[in-house]
Amino acid sequence: MSLGVGLATGLYGISFGALSSAAGLSLLQTQVLSLVMFSGGSQFALVGVLASGGVAGVIPAIISAWILGIRNGFYALRMNGVLAVPVTLKAIAAQLTIDESNAVSMAQENQKDSRLGFWLTGGSVFVFWNLFTFLGALLGSSVGDPSQWGLDAAAAAAFLGLLWPSLKNLRSNLIALLAVIFTLALALVVPSGIPVIIAAPLAVLTVYALAKTKLSKKLEAGEDA
Amino acid sequence: MPEFWLAVIIGSLAVYSWKLIGYILPKKFSENKKVARFAGALTIALLAALTAVQSFTSDKEIVLDSRALALGVAAIMFWRKLPFILVVASAAAVAAAARYFLGWA
Repeated sequence: MSLGVGLATGLYGISFGALSSAAGLSLLQTQVLSLVMFSGGSQFALVGVLASGGVAGVIPAIISAWILGIRNGFYALRMNGVLAVPVTLKAIAAQLTIDESNAVSMAQENQKDSRLGFWLTGGSVFVFWNLFTFLGALLGSSVGDPSQWGLDAAAAAAFLGLLWPSLKNLRSNLIALLAVIFTLALALVVPSGIPVIIAAPLAVLTVYALAKTKLSKKLEAGEDA
Repeated sequence: MPEFWLAVIIGSLAVYSWKLIGYILPKKFSENKKVARFAGALTIALLAALTAVQSFTSDKEIVLDSRALALGVAAIMFWRKLPFILVVASAAAVAAAARYFLGWA
């Protein structure tokens, strides 16, 4: 699964590379983003804002990318407990802590697989993401519109695939459903990049509030399944 | 543009800082079941939100285009427990075909 996730995400890196070129970032700037920022959502947000805002977009672009990266902090908090790595490896583990590595790790049954899943997924996504970013930036104009190749739909399917293993009890399903509803509602009124970071905590807090009502027993059923 | 270096470097360090903070905070945070549970719930919510944004939005509008069709196909394939890479590649192919042959957005 790890290699599959890596390859699938990596393929989407072509799209990022091409979009980044189109936004006016140099080959080196594009590659530094994939090497150092290494978080798809944040990278797309950054080049997206720069594409429309130009030089005036520099500060909003930084803020958007930074806000979208908050979730990695939560994954890191979780992974720190799972991995139990020595201090020297923490900087590397931190860099590999992203949606995909956390999701694959979380989907495993035991701690050994959970750790292995993290390293294999994080490592293969890093390699493929950077490789395909380079290819995408290089091809740039010749790839043309990434959506022509269905790369935007591939990203959507990849997110769904990462979510899928978690949809196994009422509480999780309700959180996911509310997140979708809130996100789409917010997408109509706030700038792109923002709906996700408001809707997700809002969905979680709503379910936490519901858990304090008469629904609590139903929501706890199958919780640790 | 050279000004973009500012966004690239500061943005990258800002995003990395979140990752590092999670590993530096004392262990009791990660061993705290409530924090772990909250982070798990937030992961589910964020992945759902990202799926929704990536599938159904375009410039402050909700749209049903070839991405929605591709997502439907992907959902059926994940339900049938088909391999991740096959599903993702199929989704791309479905969207590309709907655009090329049917002229969908």
